[in-house]
Amino acid sequence: MPDSKLGLLQGTLDVMVLRILDVMGPLHGYGIARRIEQESGDQVLLNQGTIYASLVRLQQRGWITAEWGTSENNRKAKFYSITKAGHKQLARDTAYWQRLADIVGRVLAMQGEGGEQ
Amino acid sequence: VKSLLREAVNRVHAFFHKNQFDQELNDEIRAHLAMAIEENVQRGLSAEEARRQALVRFGGVQQAVEQHREDRGLPWLDVLGQDLRFTFRTLSRDRGFTIVAVLILALGIGANIAVFSVVNTILLRSLPFHNSEELVRIVEKDPKAGESSKTYTADATQDFQQQNRSFQSVSGYFAFTAPDNFKLVRNGQPIPVTGILVAEGFFQTLGVEPSVGRLFRPEEFVQHAQPVALLSYPFWKRRFGSDRNIIGKTINLSNTPVTITGVLPEIFDFGSVFSPGAKIDLFTPYIMDDFRDDGNDLALVARLKRGVSLQQAQNETDQLFPQLLAVHKHPEYGKPYTGQLTRLKEYVSGKLHRSLIVLWCAVGLILLIVCVNLSNLLLARTMARGKEFAMRRALGAGRGRLVRQILTESLILATAGAVLGLGLAYLILLYLAHQESIALPLLAMVRVDGAALGWTLLITLAAALLFGSAAGIRMSNNKLQEILKDSGPGASGSKKHDRMRATLVITEVALASVLLVGAGLLLRSFLRVLDVDLGFEPSRAAAISVDYDDGGNVAKRAAIWQEIVERGSMIPGVEAAGISDNLPMSRNRSWGIAAKGEEKSGPLNFVPIFVYIVSPGYLKAMGMRLVEGRDVSWTDILNDRSVVILNETVARTLWPGQDAIGRLAIAGGQEATVIGVIDDVRESGAEDNAGAQMYLPATKMFRPEGANLVLRTKLPPASLAGSVMRTLRQLNPGQPATEFKPIQGLVDRSTSPRRFFVLLVGTFACLGLALASLGIFGVISYSVVQQRQEIGIRIALGATQARVQLDVIGKTLRLVLVGVAIGTVAALGVARLIASLLFQTAPSDPLTFAGMIVLLGIVALLAGYLPARRASKIEPMVALRTN
Repeated sequence: MPDSKLGLLQGTLDVMVLRILDVMGPLHGYGIARRIEQESGDQVLLNQGTIYASLVRLQQRGWITAEWGTSENNRKAKFYSITKAGHKQLARDTAYWQRLADIVGRVLAMQGEGGEQ
Repeated sequence: VKSLLREAVNRVHAFFHKNQFDQELNDEIRAHLAMAIEENVQRGLSAEEARRQALVRFGGVQQAVEQHREDRGLPWLDVLGQDLRFTFRTLSRDRGFTIVAVLILALGIGANIAVFSVVNTILLRSLPFHNSEELVRIVEKDPKAGESSKTYTADATQDFQQQNRSFQSVSGYFAFTAPDNFKLVRNGQPIPVTGILVAEGFFQTLGVEPSVGRLFRPEEFVQHAQPVALLSYPFWKRRFGSDRNIIGKTINLSNTPVTITGVLPEIFDFGSVFSPGAKIDLFTPYIMDDFRDDGNDLALVARLKRGVSLQQAQNETDQLFPQLLAVHKHPEYGKPYTGQLTRLKEYVSGKLHRSLIVLWCAVGLILLIVCVNLSNLLLARTMARGKEFAMRRALGAGRGRLVRQILTESLILATAGAVLGLGLAYLILLYLAHQESIALPLLAMVRVDGAALGWTLLITLAAALLFGSAAGIRMSNNKLQEILKDSGPGASGSKKHDRMRATLVITEVALASVLLVGAGLLLRSFLRVLDVDLGFEPSRAAAISVDYDDGGNVAKRAAIWQEIVERGSMIPGVEAAGISDNLPMSRNRSWGIAAKGEEKSGPLNFVPIFVYIVSPGYLKAMGMRLVEGRDVSWTDILNDRSVVILNETVARTLWPGQDAIGRLAIAGGQEATVIGVIDDVRESGAEDNAGAQMYLPATKMFRPEGANLVLRTKLPPASLAGSVMRTLRQLNPGQPATEFKPIQGLVDRSTSPRRFFVLLVGTFACLGLALASLGIFGVISYSVVQQRQEIGIRIALGATQARVQLDVIGKTLRLVLVGVAIGTVAALGVARLIASLLFQTAPSDPLTFAGMIVLLGIVALLAGYLPARRASKIEPMVALRTN
């Protein structure tokens, strides 16, 4: 179902955007999209366009801010940077994702043992 | 939570700044693509390939923009906007349907708002007084003797005021005021005005504060105090141009200088609460000492103490009232008092409870019929648009979205109807509020208020859901392919459709028959009421309140009366003339009467009896019929003869089985000889029993309270008004410009609540009938259109025109018959519920039911005839060729 897949992706995308802005400082949409692709070793199938929905969402929740600026190639672009509230949210999300990954990992590992017996 | 709140605010912001956001997003995407292309070119791709890859990686610009919009704004509002725009487009394309639908809805909703406002004002809303639920009215437990048994004497009132522990205050007003009882002389012109005497603390008890000036002070309630008056707001506005400087000034009121102390607030409408339809101009103090020796004349209003229940107060009243003395100086007067407490609100409007509920239900039925009708229209429309909907489904529109579309449409129609209906209701209420001839309490205060607006919203939404859902359900159940294929007759979809529409029409007819029966029964009752023998002839009689100054001299009064009556009967066109202090079906007072010899065994042997102090000729002028004996004569009056005329009922009560003429009675404490007996007169109203009445000559024993000159004319009374006033002015230049009122007006006034209800329910029934016929017509026309080919074939095969017409009409009659059958059963039940509102009419009145069936049958024939004619005119060749 496209709906549930999108839901998962949305959450994932948001936390990745936050983390990238946290590490890299102010960045424009294209830069963020490229960064995600590079970081994941081009393993994520990302429609770059979806990044903008994520950006406006984060912006409306007050976790990032945006400002028009000039890129390294002298091009006008909108630069996003993380806010204080964004840092807090990132911390929460990070904890959540790690716990989730942990649990899922453990459960999957347990199932593996059961299968052998 | 904070971020959620911020998001909500931002979403609303984004919703209203769509263009700006879209513009920025476009710039961003353009920059994004440019950067991507640049990078690709640097990687060594050709310009074209670089662009292609950039677009591929971006993944659909339009989708990105849509998602962006959805994530930042209010998507549901966007959809609603789309739906609204679309609906407005389709509705304006189908103008005929829209106009009919909105008009029908406006009628239904408007009628409902109007009736709700009336019900709310009279029944639901509390009285416009401070903590009005604490207010009670006190009357005799068995108020047989009209106003006299709803009032108490000055002494009794004062005793009760001092002895009770249950009330914060007890006060009252003088209940025997006739209209135009004062004359105001300004700039030499005498103007008739109506003033009410109120006891000390009356306004304080009600919790009414003056809008200008002050209320009466205690020292203004003692004898020989400086006379003062409070003005009602409308009177102040009308006569004194809302002049604030009038406070403290003196006016000439019935030849007495009276100081105006204040003006009562606009919302205080004494008439609409205590005396429906009456316009009260001013208030003056009721000075107890002036009335010590008089009978019952104070109508009591009291305010309960906080925390005292009605029952507790009633218990105390039951203890105190039997011990109250009517007149301290004469402990032998009168029977012991009783006192029944009724909450003022209940006292004012309690009797109307059932009528109003019936009215409310009737108007609710109308709305139901309107909804069924609309349902039918919408269904036909949905059917006609079946392919459009199916196409949209096929193109990917969700079922929910389409249902939402239909509901949006019905909501818009209902809203338009409600707006128009509000206008309609406003006009109706404006009209009703100014109908002084309708004797319904509080009606003057009726208007469209907040509660009515809330009610409008509620019924609008309910109606929209109700009539929209049938079409919505029908549409969403449609099978795509069937609809797309279903182009000819006989397909299962249209059969189902037919059945649904037929059911709706049957419902409509059934509801209409219930309304018709209800209206018919009420109308029959009303006609029966009009047919009642009143004991007098109201048509071609009229009365005028006459002013004269006898200086308290009985002989002088007799001379003045005689002159007035003689001059009055000489006016061209006048057949008979006479004077009475009171007229039937208006103000009344009562004394006690007993056959001589019976009075000794105590006050309980006195029969309460309405009193009329009259001149010779009054009985004739009113058209009252002497059964035996004679009228009073001027000789009786000039010689102070103590004689009395009784009505049949009381004559029979006092001397059962004997001739009353020549016998002696004790009437009003005086010994009087019975000289005449008249047919019973319906004193209180056409629907009440006659009770006891006596007519006494205006001698020194029997003091009249004012004088009404009654004239019986050959011409319409209105045409005599000028000459009557001229004659009275010749006799007394100070005669105020009182109105020459037809006696029929008094009768009409007493039947006005019934007329009001009959008129409304009747209107609703006609509306229901019209709507039902519209529904029948719609369904039959539609089925004829659908069966064009079939009919065409039959005509081609030799069916005659008459045969085709008969078939169509037969189908119509079958539908209506089923509806009428169901309606008749329902109406039998409903009729039993309104039985108490009927007058000499059985709830199962066969004439009414037969009338309803015949009427609906005729309407069905008419509604079926047009489509039948059209069916018979079908050209077989044309019908078979076109589809």
